[in-house]
Amino acid sequence: MLFPDHDKTVETLVEKDYEFGFRSNIDSEKFPKGLNESIIRRISAKKNEPEFMLNFRLKAFAHWQKMAEPHWAAFDYPAIDYNDLHYYASPKSLANKPKSLDEIDPELKRTFDRLGIPLIEQKQLAGVAVDAVFDSVSVATTYKEKLKKHGVIFCSMSEAIIEYPDLIQQYLGSVVPFTDNFFACLNAAVFTDGSFVWIPKGVQCPMDLSTYFRINEENTGQFERTLIICEDQASVSYLEGCTAPKFDSNQLHAAVVELVALEGATIQYSTVQNWYPGDKKTGKGGIYNFVTKRGKCLGRQSKISWTQIETGSAITWKYPSCLLIGDESVGEFYSVALTNHHQRADTGTKMVHIGKNTRSTIISKGISAGSSHNTYRGLVKANKSAHGARNYTQCDSMLIGDTSVANTIPYITTTNKHTVIEHEASTSKVGEDQLFYLMSRGISLDDALATIVSGFCQDVFQKLPDEFALEANQLLSIQLEHSVG
Amino acid sequence: MLTINQLHATITETETPIIKGLDLTLEPGKIHAIMGPNGSGKSTLSKLIAGDEQYTVTSGDIQLNGQSILEWDATQRALMGIFLAFQYPIEIPGVPNDEFLRMAYNAKQKHQGLEPMDPLVFQDHLQNVCQQLSIPESFLERELNVGFSGGEKKRNELLQLAVLKPAVAILDETDSGLDIDALKHVATGIRSLRQPTNTFLLITHYQRLLTYVEPDYVHIMMDGRIVETGDKSLAMALDKSGYDGFVSAR
Ligand SMILES: Nc1ncnc2c1ncn2[C@@H]1O[C@H](COP(=O)(O)OP(=O)(O)O)[C@@H](O)[C@H]1O
Ligand SMILES: [Mg+2]
Repeated sequence: MLFPDHDKTVETLVEKDYEFGFRSNIDSEKFPKGLNESIIRRISAKKNEPEFMLNFRLKAFAHWQKMAEPHWAAFDYPAIDYNDLHYYASPKSLANKPKSLDEIDPELKRTFDRLGIPLIEQKQLAGVAVDAVFDSVSVATTYKEKLKKHGVIFCSMSEAIIEYPDLIQQYLGSVVPFTDNFFACLNAAVFTDGSFVWIPKGVQCPMDLSTYFRINEENTGQFERTLIICEDQASVSYLEGCTAPKFDSNQLHAAVVELVALEGATIQYSTVQNWYPGDKKTGKGGIYNFVTKRGKCLGRQSKISWTQIETGSAITWKYPSCLLIGDESVGEFYSVALTNHHQRADTGTKMVHIGKNTRSTIISKGISAGSSHNTYRGLVKANKSAHGARNYTQCDSMLIGDTSVANTIPYITTTNKHTVIEHEASTSKVGEDQLFYLMSRGISLDDALATIVSGFCQDVFQKLPDEFALEANQLLSIQLEHSVG
Repeated sequence: MLTINQLHATITETETPIIKGLDLTLEPGKIHAIMGPNGSGKSTLSKLIAGDEQYTVTSGDIQLNGQSILEWDATQRALMGIFLAFQYPIEIPGVPNDEFLRMAYNAKQKHQGLEPMDPLVFQDHLQNVCQQLSIPESFLERELNVGFSGGEKKRNELLQLAVLKPAVAILDETDSGLDIDALKHVATGIRSLRQPTNTFLLITHYQRLLTYVEPDYVHIMMDGRIVETGDKSLAMALDKSGYDGFVSAR
C-alpha cells in the first residue's frame, strides 16, 4: 500500500474509543441506594470517625435538604435523583485496610496498572507519590514513610480524620464551608475519602504528590475531599488524575478541594481530568462533574496556582478559585478545556483580591469540537481593602467545525480605585487553510489538527509539571482524533 | 514527471470555473516558469496540484510519474514529493518552526520506511540548511510564520523546501516582496536544490527572478489555460510588451 497510515479516510468517523472505559471485576460492598440520615451515620461508622466528623456531616445534610440544585450554568441536564444512587462502594478486600502495598488485592493492582498507575513504589514515575482512590475509598498511598522523614503528611482523608483530628477540625471546611453551594454541601455530608496533605514550616516537599481517582461501580456517586495545607515558607506540587468506565447511565462526581497557603507558602495544583465523556454519537452516559475547588492564600506572599487540563466528563461545572487574603499573595489559573461530541463544560475561576498588592493571572484556553458547548465563566473581584491589586486575564476560544459553541462570560467587580484589571479575549476557528498548510508538508490531518490545538494551548502547557505536559498533549490528540473532515 | 491533461476545475463552494482546459508537463531536471496576469488562475492551479479541497477538479487529470494524484489528499501528495511554496503562507501560533520542520521531515522519513531523525542531529542539519540559504538561525525558534514579514515568510517557505527536498517544487510568487539581496539568496537556493531528478515550477510576474534562475521553459497562463509555451526569450518579450500587448499581438 502506498499510504499505510492513510487507510482511515476522514469521512469514516471510526473514532478511537475512550481508552479507560473498562470495568474491573471486583467484589464490592455497597450501601443500598438512597440518601438519608441513617446512610450518613453508616458512612461515618464504617470509617470509625470521631463524633465531630459525624456532626459535621449531619449539619451539612440538614442544610443541604434546604438547598436547591443550581441551574445557572450554560447547559441543561436531566434532574438527578439523589435517592437513586449508592453513596458508598468499596472493594471487599479493603474491609480490613491492607497494612502494606504487598497486601493489596492483585485485581485492584492490575486495574491501576492498566491505568498507568502502578502501586509498586519501584515502578513508579520517579519522584511522584500516589494516593490511589477506587470508588469510595483510598486503596493505597505510596512513599508515605519516605515523606514522613521530611515531616510531610500524605495520607487518605479517612486516615487523617482519625490520626490528625486537630488539623482536620481546624481546616476542613475552612475554605469551602458546607454552606457554600449545593454540591459542596452534599459532599460535606457524604464524602467517603480523598487525600490529605500537610507540609510543615519551611519544608519544600521532596517529591510531587498525586491522587488518582477511579470510579468503577455503576450508579455510585463519587464524593471525595482533598485538603492541602502548606505552612509558612513550605511548598508542594500536587497532581490529580481521574478516569471511569463507560456506562450508559450518568455518574455523579461531586468533589471538594481545599488549599491553605500560609506565609510565603506555594501550592501548585495540577489536574488532568479525563472522566468518561459519554457516548460520542448519542451523548448517553458519562460523568457529571460538579466540583468545588478553592484555595486560600492566607499568609503574606503566599501563592496558589491551579493548572488544569479538562478533556473528559459529560458535564463539567468547575471553578478553581483563589481567595487572596495575605498581602502580596498571588493566585494563578491556567486552564485548557477541550470539549468534543456532546460534552458540556462551564468552567473558569474566581480570583478574589482582599489583601494589598495581591496579584492574579488567568489564562484560559477553551477548545470546542463536534456538537459540544464550552463556556468560560470567570470572576475577578477586588475588595475595598485590595489596594494595588492587579489581575491579568486572557481567554481564548478555538472552534473546530461548524456545530460547536464557545462562550466567554467574565464578571469583573472592583470597589477599590487603585487596582488594575486587564481582560483580553479572542475566538478563532481552526482554519481549513491552516490544516491545508500543515498537510501540504506531509503531516496527516489528525496530526495537523493536534499541532494547531497544541500550539494554541502552549501558554498553558508550559505551566504544567513535566510529567503532565506530555500526557496532556497526547490526551488532546486522542480526544480530537477525526474531529475534522 | 508531472503531467496535467485538459484540466478543468472550479471553486468547490460556488462551482465557479477557474481552470479551463489546462495542459502542462513538467520535466525532470528542468525549471519551468509560469507567467500570467493577475487572476488568471496561477495560485489556483498550484493549490490544486497540492491538494487544496477549496477547489474541485471537474474533468481532466493530474499525474505524477504516470499515476493520477486526484484521489490523494494533501498529505499524501506531499509524501509523494509535491511541494508548494505558498504565495501567502499561513501563520500557526504556538508551533515552533523547528519542531514543525522536524515533524514534516519525520513524516516523510516514516513514509519512506526510515527511522525518524534524532532531534539533535536534525537541529544540526537545520542550522546547515539555514547557512546555505543565508537564513538567520533565529527563524528556527520562532513560531511558524507568526510575526514574519512578507519577505521572511517567503524565505521560510524556501527553508521548508530545502529541508523536505521535494520531487516537484512549485513556488508561487516566492520572489514578490523580496528585496534584491533576498531575491539573490532565493535564486541561489533554487539553483543549489536543482537535481536531474526534480522539477521546479516558478510562478512569477517578473522577469527579474528569471535573470537569476534561468528557466528551461516559460509558459504563459491566461484565463485558466496555458496559452503559449516557449523558452526564456518569451519572458523577455513579455516583459517588454506586457500582457495586453501580448494578447493583441496574438
Ligand atoms: N477561494 C476562492 N473564492 C473565490 N474566488 C476565488 C477563490 N480562489 C480563486 N478565486 C478567484 O479565481 C481567480 C483566479 O485566482 P488566482 O488563482 O489567485 O489568480 P492568480 O494567482 O493568477 O493571480 C480570481 O478571480 C480569484 O478571485
Ligand atoms: Mg496568485
